[in-house]
Order: sequence, then C-alpha cells, then structure tokens
Amino acid sequence: MTTKIQTNEKMVEKPKRRTIGDFIKQQPLGFIGIVMIIIMFLAAVFAPYVAPYDPTDIDFMASPALGGGQPSIEHPLGADAFGRDILSRLIFGARTALSIGFFSAFIGCSIGAIIGTASAFFGGKVDLLIQRFIDLMLSFPIIVLAIVVIAIFPKTVIFGIDVNVIVAIAIPFIPKTARVIRSQALAIVTLPYVDAARANGFSAKRIIFRHVLPNVTAPFLIMMTAFIGQAILLEASLSYLGLGVVEPTPSWGLMLAGVNADYYRSAPWMILYPGVAVSVAVFSFNLFGDSLRDWLDPKLKL
Amino acid sequence: MLQYALRRILLVFPTLFAVAVLVFLVLRVVPGDIVEIKMTAEGGIVSQEEIERERERLGLNEPLYKQFFTYMIGLPRGDLGVSLWTERPVSQEIGSRIALSFELAILSTILAVLIAFPLGTLSALYRGTVLDYVIRIITIGGIAVPSFWLGMLLIMFAITFFGKLPPLGTVSIFDDPLTNLYQLIWPALSVGYRYSSVVARMLRSSILEVLSEDYIRTARAKGVFERLVIVKHGMRNALLPTVTVIGLEFAFLLGGLVVTESVFNLNGIGKLFVDSVVRNDLNLLQGLVLTVATCFVFVNLIVDLLYAALDPRIRYQK
Amino acid sequence: MAVKKQNSKKAGRTVTEDVLLDVKNLRVEFKMKNGVVRAVDDISYQVRKGEFLAVVGESGCGKSVSALSLMRLLPEKAATITADHILFDGIDISSIPMSEMRKLRGRRISMIFQEPMTSLNPVLTIGDQICEPLITHLGMSEEQAEVRAIELMAMVGIPEPKNRLPQYPHQFSGGMRQRVMIAIGLACEPDLIIADEPTTALDVTIQAQILELLKDISQRLGIAVIMITHNLGVVAAYADNVNVMYAAQIIEKGTASDIFANPAHPYSIGLLRSVPRMDKPRGGRLATIDGLPPNLMNPPSGCRFYARCPMAQESCAKTDQSLQETKGSEMHQTACYFSEKALKEGALIYETDVSVQGSSTVDKSGEPLLSVSSLRQEFSVSFRTGWFSSYNGSVKAVDDVSFDIYPGETVGLVGESGCGKTSVGRAILHLNDPTSGKIAFDNLSINKKSIALVRQDMQVIFQDPFSSLNPRMTIGEILEEPLKVHNIESDPEKRLQRISELLVKVGLYPYMSDRYPHELSGGQRQRVGIARALSMEPKLIICDEPVSALDVSVQAQIINLLEDLQRELGIAYLFIAHDLAVVKHISHKVVVMYLGQIMEVGEGDQLYGEPKHPYTQALLDAAPIPDPEIERKRKRSILKGELPSPINPPNGCVFSTRCPKVVAACTSGRPELLRVGTEHMASCVLLDER
Repeated sequence: MTTKIQTNEKMVEKPKRRTIGDFIKQQPLGFIGIVMIIIMFLAAVFAPYVAPYDPTDIDFMASPALGGGQPSIEHPLGADAFGRDILSRLIFGARTALSIGFFSAFIGCSIGAIIGTASAFFGGKVDLLIQRFIDLMLSFPIIVLAIVVIAIFPKTVIFGIDVNVIVAIAIPFIPKTARVIRSQALAIVTLPYVDAARANGFSAKRIIFRHVLPNVTAPFLIMMTAFIGQAILLEASLSYLGLGVVEPTPSWGLMLAGVNADYYRSAPWMILYPGVAVSVAVFSFNLFGDSLRDWLDPKLKL
Repeated sequence: MLQYALRRILLVFPTLFAVAVLVFLVLRVVPGDIVEIKMTAEGGIVSQEEIERERERLGLNEPLYKQFFTYMIGLPRGDLGVSLWTERPVSQEIGSRIALSFELAILSTILAVLIAFPLGTLSALYRGTVLDYVIRIITIGGIAVPSFWLGMLLIMFAITFFGKLPPLGTVSIFDDPLTNLYQLIWPALSVGYRYSSVVARMLRSSILEVLSEDYIRTARAKGVFERLVIVKHGMRNALLPTVTVIGLEFAFLLGGLVVTESVFNLNGIGKLFVDSVVRNDLNLLQGLVLTVATCFVFVNLIVDLLYAALDPRIRYQK
Repeated sequence: MAVKKQNSKKAGRTVTEDVLLDVKNLRVEFKMKNGVVRAVDDISYQVRKGEFLAVVGESGCGKSVSALSLMRLLPEKAATITADHILFDGIDISSIPMSEMRKLRGRRISMIFQEPMTSLNPVLTIGDQICEPLITHLGMSEEQAEVRAIELMAMVGIPEPKNRLPQYPHQFSGGMRQRVMIAIGLACEPDLIIADEPTTALDVTIQAQILELLKDISQRLGIAVIMITHNLGVVAAYADNVNVMYAAQIIEKGTASDIFANPAHPYSIGLLRSVPRMDKPRGGRLATIDGLPPNLMNPPSGCRFYARCPMAQESCAKTDQSLQETKGSEMHQTACYFSEKALKEGALIYETDVSVQGSSTVDKSGEPLLSVSSLRQEFSVSFRTGWFSSYNGSVKAVDDVSFDIYPGETVGLVGESGCGKTSVGRAILHLNDPTSGKIAFDNLSINKKSIALVRQDMQVIFQDPFSSLNPRMTIGEILEEPLKVHNIESDPEKRLQRISELLVKVGLYPYMSDRYPHELSGGQRQRVGIARALSMEPKLIICDEPVSALDVSVQAQIINLLEDLQRELGIAYLFIAHDLAVVKHISHKVVVMYLGQIMEVGEGDQLYGEPKHPYTQALLDAAPIPDPEIERKRKRSILKGELPSPINPPNGCVFSTRCPKVVAACTSGRPELLRVGTEHMASCVLLDER
C-alpha cells in the first residue's frame, strides 16, 4: 500500500528558481551597481586600448602650473601638474584600485573565514583564545592597523603589485570576517541537518565541506563585496597620505596627494575627478553589496 | 546594575593590559631592527657602530623581558618613552595635540547624530517611498565618498565663495569659542558625512526591525497613540544597536582623523600619526596606537554602560 | 458549567439585539511581488455578547489575518481590507477613521497574541505595560493605574503582584507573560477579547491554566471571546460556537456540538477524523485529507476543497459554494452542496483501508533491540564572567533513565518542554556524549567508538522540516549522500533507481529529486527526512517530534506513513513528542518524563486508562479531547505552578513541588520506579505505601 502515492498533487511543473532577471527587477539599485562595476572592470582590463594617452606621458606644456591643462578635446578631464592626461590616469588608476581592492578583500575575507570556521569547530579554549584575540584586533581602527602594518614591513613589489599595501589593507578585514563567519558557522552546526549528517556517521571533513561551508558562502560573498569598496577607499587614503602606492603608478588617491593650495583655484579638475572616481567605485560596490545582502540573506548583520 | 557596572569596569584593566602587550610585541619583535630602519631611512650609509651606539642610548640592547618590564611599569605613570625624532617624551607630544583631535571628534559626533537621527527615522517610517530612496542613496554615498576628498571639496567651496582658505585650528575653544567652532566645522563636516551615514543606516534598519516586532503590535492593540508607539516602544529598542554604532564610530574616528587632519593641516594626533610613520618614529607610533586603542576601550565601556541603562536584560544579568 | 449552558442557549437564539460583532463580507488582500493574495475571502459571521467563539483551521487558512483585520492591525500598505460592514456594537469599525479605531483598541476590544515571549516590550516594566491602556483610555493617574494593575495581576493569578510590578518581561516565564497579556487585555474591561493562538507556544499544563483563566474571567465579566486556534481539543473544551475556515473562507459554522457531533462539510469531517484521540483505544489508521490546500494567489474556481474532497462531483468545481443552513439546527451552516450526504455518511466518506486496521503486535520473546539503562546526561552551564573566567555548573537533563525497545516496537517518550526527552534521543545517537549509563543496541554496547558500527541501523527524523534538510543540496543529493558515503550502492544508475523507489515509498514523486528543500511543502520535506532515514534500511528510527510542526491533516498523513513503514519493514521507533494523543495513537509503550526522570512507563491503553502517577494524571487532565460532550462531563484538576528550574531541581521527588497529592515523605528521597502491572511501572511514594 505504500506504493500508492498519498499526495494527490499532480505532476506540477518545476518551480521557478530565482534568476538574474528577478535580481534586476527586485534590486534595481544593485543592478546599477553591478553594471558600473563591470564597466570599471572592463576599463581596467582594456586600459591601454581605452585610454587616450599613456598615463605616465609627461607634457609640461599642458601643466596647470603654466596655465594649461584645462579640460578640452585633447584632455577631456584636463591634465595634472606634470601635464599628464587625467582621464588616462583615471582609467589606469582603476587597475590599481580594483586589483588592490579585490585581492586585499579576498585575502582578508578568506583568512578570516578560515579562522572563523576553525574557531567555531574547535570550540573550547581554542575558540576562546581566538575570540579574545579578535576582540583585541577590533579595538584598533582599520586605518591605524593598516598604517602600522605599512610602518613595520619593508616595501615589497611583485609583478608591479604593491604587496605591502594589499597586506596592510587585508589584515584589518580578518578579525571582522572571522567574527561574522564564526557566528554563522556556530548557528549552522546546531541545525538539524548537521545533526542528521552526524547521525549518518559522516566524517567531520565531509560535514564541514558539504554541509557547513556551502551555507556560509552567502555571508562571505556579501562581506567580500562590501570590503572591496572599503579597500578601494583605504587604498586611496593611504596613497593620499603617501603611505600607499607610489609614483609613477597611477592611483586615484595619489592623484589627490600633493595637490597644493594653488590648484584649488586654478585647476579644480585635478581635485574633482579622482575623488569622483573613488566615490563612484566605492558607491557601486556598496550598492551591489547592499542588494546582494537583501537578496541572499536579509538578516545578516555585519 | 551596580554589579554589572562594576564587573564591566573591572574588565577594562585586563583589556588594557592585553592591548599594551600586543602593541609592544608588534612594534618591538616583529619588525627587526627599528634603529637600523630609522637611521638608514634618513639616508646615507650608517656605520654599524653608530647603530650600536643609538641602540644602547635607547635601551634597545637590553633583553626583551627587561624592555617589556620598563615599558609596562612606565605605562601607568603615563611614561610612553621618548620620541625618536624630537627626543621629547611621547606623552608630551601626544598630550599637546590630543585636545584638538578630541574636540574635532566630539564636534563630528554631534553633527553626525543631529543629521543621522532625522534621516534614519524618516527613511524607516517612509520605507519604500521616494524619500526613503533618496535618503538611502545619500547615506550609501556617505560611506563611499572619501572624507579627505570631501574636505578638499569644502576647501574649494570656501575658496570660491569666501575667496580664501578657511582658517585652520589655531585658536583654542577656551579663548574664542566662536572662531574655534568656525575653524573646526569644516573638518567636522567632512568626517561627519560618513559618520552620520553609518549611524543613519543603522538607525533605519533597527527601526524597521523593531517596528515588525510583536510588542509593537501589542502596543497598537492596546490603543496607544501611534506617536507613542514609535517613540516609547519603538525608538527605545531601536536605539540599542544605534548607540553601539555611534560609540564604535567615535572610537574609530580618532584613527580616521588621520587623513582629514592632513587635508586641513590640523595639528592633531592624526597628523602626528602620519608624521611618526613617515619619520619612522616607532616610539611615537607605539604611543599613538596605544592611545587610540585605550580610547576605544573606554568608549566601549561607556557604550556598554549606556546599553545596560537602556536594556534591563543586560542590567539584570548576574 | 452552569454559565456555559446558559451561554449555549443564548447562542441558539436568533435575537439580534445582543449581537456584539457583525462581520459582513470581510475581504483581506495582500499585495505581493508577483500578484495579489486574497487571504480572507468574503467571510461573514456574528458574535453575541458574552459568547465564546472559536475560529479553527489549518495554517494559512486566513484565521489569524481575519482577526488582525478586525483590529485593523495589518500593515496598511500591504493589506487592503474591505467589507460591507463590520459592526461592533453598532459602530462600523471598517470605515471609521484610525483615530476612532485607536480609541476602541484596548478599551472595548482587546487582543492576546500567540508568542508571549516576544509580545511584551523588553525594555519597559510589566507595571508600565499594564498601566498603559488604563492611562490612555481611562485617564487614570499613574498612582491609580498602579493600584488597578496590582488588582489585575492578582486576578490573573500572578503571585506577589506588588513586587512583580517593577520587573521586566525577561524575569517572567512564558506562562506568566501570557497572564500579563491577559491582564493587559482585561485592563479596561472590554466587551470583546480576540485571542490568537494564545497557548500554542505553551506546555500542556500551562495551556490548561491559561485557558481556564480566560474562560473563567470572560464568563464572570461577560466578555465575548474570539479564539483562533488549530487545536480541536481546545475548541471542544471551551467554545460555544465554531467557525471552520479553509482556504480563506468559512466553510462551516455552528455550535460546538453541531460541528463535533454532526459535521456536514467533508473538510470538517476529515479534520476531525485525522486527529488522533486520547480517549480511544490504540489502533486503526487515521483518516487523511490528501494533497495540499490551494494557492491563494490563484485559487481554483468553485469549491476550494474540490481537489481534496473524497465526495467531489464535477459540478463542485464549477460553482462557488456559499454557506447554507444545514438540516437539524438553525445555527448550523455549511458551504457544501452535498452537506446532507456528508452529514448522513460522516466518516464513511473517507475510505480507510480495513485490511490494516488493528495495531501491529510486538514479539517480546527475544532480546530487546535497544536497551537503555541508568542513562544520565548532564550539560555544563557556563557563562562568561570575565576574559578567561566563567561560571560553571551543570544541569541534569537526563537523570537515571532506563527502558527497552524491542524489534518492531514503538516506544513513545512524552513530557513537557525541558523534561529531557530530546536529550534521551540525542544521547542514544551519541549526538551528545552521555555522561553515564549503558546503551546496548543489538547486543552491542554503544560508546563513542562503537556507535560508528551501528549508525546505519539507527536513524533519526527531526522536528523542524525546514532546517533538517541542507538548503544547498537537492532532494536527490540528500538521499544519495548516505548511499554513496557508506558505499551501500556503488553503481550510480542503481543509486538513482533506489532514490526513486525511496521517494515513492514515502509518498513523493521521483521527479522531485532535483528539487531543493525550499521548493517543497512542510509535509513533503518531512517525507524526505523519512526517506533519508529509510535509505539506510535501519532497525530503529528515533523520531524527535516528527509531526509537531505540521498541520493536523498532514500530521495524520505522516503518522500513517510511519505506521505503514513499521508494518512493512518491522522498524522500531522511539517516538519523542509532547502531544499525548499522538503518542498514544502510535506507541505500543509510553514513557512519561518530568525534569529528566521517568515518572511512569506502561503499555499505552493501560497507562492512559489508569494512570498511577499524579503527574501522568495531571498531564492527561490538562490535554483537552476533541469532543464537547466528553469535555463537558470531564472533571479535571489543573496542575498549579510552573516547571522548576532544572539547574536547581526539587529534593526528593522532582514532582513534589507541584503534586496535588504531596505528602511529607515525598521530599525525603527519590521514589523508586515500582512495578504496578505486567508492563506498567510508576515512581511515586504513594504507591509504595500501598
């Protein structure tokens, strides 16, 4: 008699799963964010083809110091004190911003996630120790932590990427991610489906990789998106202070550094556009991150 | 409450101790030879003897535990060592500048709270309307716009309209409060935008969360006036997470001023911080990091006590 | 009782001057992202002064929404409420401005909600919250309001009201909080109290306390009550009149005796027949209503019950049904063309498989499959008091528990929350390592290591069908995982075949294997949970509250499925639940627990028929039976007080603090579990003396 199917529900068509189309419809702001991110990404990748000039080309005749450099057909967004084309520097700057932003957020979040998951799993004294250490790390402002890292590590550049800056930005993200992922993992470990897996005699490794980790990917992605934005902001700040990327690498923060009072009046474009670039980039990631959270896990608290 | 407060206050001491140990370890043990870094960074070739002499003079040749001991007993007396650059006591260097940064931080907090509360509340109460969307975009913008750039824009704005740079923090608030405020309002605004955005966003989401709680429905079912439902039943609960964010951001502001003070050329601890890094003055850097972390610990204490005052569940915790 | 009869007589009259509430064509619509859901669809009913009306139905039928819409408490943006009229004492509350409505709320109409733990504001004192309506509506001063609040608290049975006034909600237990909610509701002596599932979150003994209180006070003060509930026992015990709701409509209404004795709508009949009954001997299948309620976003035309109805005719799908007077009683109305036939044939319209009637018997001649002796489970409770310091103590969740399960036997483990029943199951599975005691399974002594050898033979089904399946895996992957890991079926083709068979076995379709858990209903998910347990072909399944999160009709489907599987495969169950009737229905043997200890063990009919332990007696008294005739005759003693803290259990007999028959000897030592019949044991001092 058990072969008689007791739900008289007829073969219903497959329920609709949420698609990208739904995301666009339900999270229009997030969609705008991701479109802007993609545009920036493409600009960064194809920078040599998109940018009108080499970002390091110096043309003193176009320097505002000599009264030139106004936005014009030649230099749509003007030129800087060395007469370098601002638009080209912005486009190449996107490379720096996005690569440093992505790598530092990825490294910071990954290490944080590993520490958080481990802390949740081992529990007991290990957990307590890690938690106290995280509490300690969190009592330093992000930028302070980053500057300290820069101060104590010698400068290292690999393949033109400033490892120092990436590490300095990544480190403050570790405790933040670890804390969120730990609480998520702790919540999941007590759920019945993990109990069911344990009752089935699955190995700890299997439980972690099949049942716990896939369910913390949502907070991981949400956090990483938010942190890429923060990392771009941080890179700009550090470079502005002269502690981040150094000349001649094009960087948005660096473009604002050393602009002295004279240019406030004579060449406002030198100040305006790099700031707009940072703001738009971070804004896009924030928009996307916010929507991603509403979409994947509205109750997540960062 | 008293029991909770006492326990919470006692907790400050081990925390501070742990912070001090961490800072000591990071800055003394990890980087290798700070004197060498310092002296070679100043340019030129430095002989090994010179380095040795400098190390001896600064007491860096002592065994680590002894250094740690000296450092730790110095701390309670406010002895943070001597700046490697100016040779003045670090505590003096910091002491002469911290008031300005503190004032700036408090001013920004006041501004931020004044802006954030109406924004956050309106955004929550008019959720889904055009007003909400506009406020949300403004506040997302707040965490996107770099505060130092906003500072530059403000300076540019001032130049365009007043024809000159706004005068910078040179007058003490005790001598001439009005001028002082006028001087500090610009940097305060440039930091305050981000600050208020963070608080407004938190306030919005916690009000929305609280308004969907069952006890709000209970209050409405009792026939309580809607305004009272929101203020007495809603806001008080929504304030809890908001207070935390205000506190956290205040503590982080002392670090965040690093960039803003550079833009406005203000002589506060933020600028000192940058200078200490640029000059490789690790003693000063250590003192500054310690100061910032200590501020954080105390602000956290205040937040926790405030939280307990607002939330009986914490107050009655045994 | 006297008042009750008077009430039902009153309810029988058709005089309109004592009508308190007259709802005509109430409709509530919610705007959703992808359409409009009509959660309440043109319902009409009346409530007379002092009447106790129950609105009953399964989840999603619109009963709560209809109640909230009376108070206009639904979010205004999302919900649209329309009605011809909602006359409350002559005032049309559907059209008055919100400011007028506010004046009625808490003053003339009060509401009590389901979740006492979240319905009170955590940052305001209890006094403050009780005084609020008094100050708002009656213009009392704070001092006057406080005096009245103390009276109210005493009236709802809160001890030491004066001292408790300045306390906060977190210092009150769930039952006490619900008393506070009642005190708030009564504060202004309203004409109508709407109680939305007021006891669903509470234990059965506390539920009885709260409902008795509500009934008693409303009768004394002449307050009408609308109680929304899914619990048919509660309806039978307390209601004068009943509205049965299905898919946003009222499909039957009448006096309680009309509905329970002569149900005339096939849905009502099915609902009543699908509830297991404590007062009936064990055995027999429950009637089940197949399928699921319709989606209200796109409801079918005609009768909404058509797709699930056993006596549906083609014509039913074409025309809408409206409430018609049903033969026999003028109060009784049914929305079914064939109500006369349904009335006459009653339960017969649901085919029950006669061949499987009668309970399976258990062969106890061999060795028990599972033998638990002197099981103890202690949990350390600790909370941080400093950076590295913490308070450490322990709670005895399970304290010296022993029982056996034979192959093919179902042992029910029943008790209130915190009695340790779930901990017993988890200790047997070694999800928590037991503190001490012996567990033998198939003659193998089980410990941390040897449990691995019997994992496949010992499976588990959990309560919450929503979180017991990994949301990131499809149903197929969930069922395949154990087969793959334990290498039960190495051929992928055969594995798929096996999964299809499993799905069919638990009443699902093979095509569902590529669905994700959130794409299934609660009952379907529970079936997947059962399939996962079955995939290992176990000898024992530990069922931890497997049906308590499900609606009555789905619950019956799952219970039948479990029983069928037992009959077919000879699986033994440890069935952990708080619902006495469900446990009685499914179990051969029942174990009653209280505060970590066994109070009584016995064969089902015997234990329910002649309970020997005062706690068992109290539990049975507290649980209402879905039959108003029986309920009216029942004499029950309601257990007083609340569950003591397990951190600090009472000395001697743990039940002594609440026991109505307590004597001096009770506190001197823990009573032994004494044999009082062949299969019947109880631990009570009074039995010892005999």
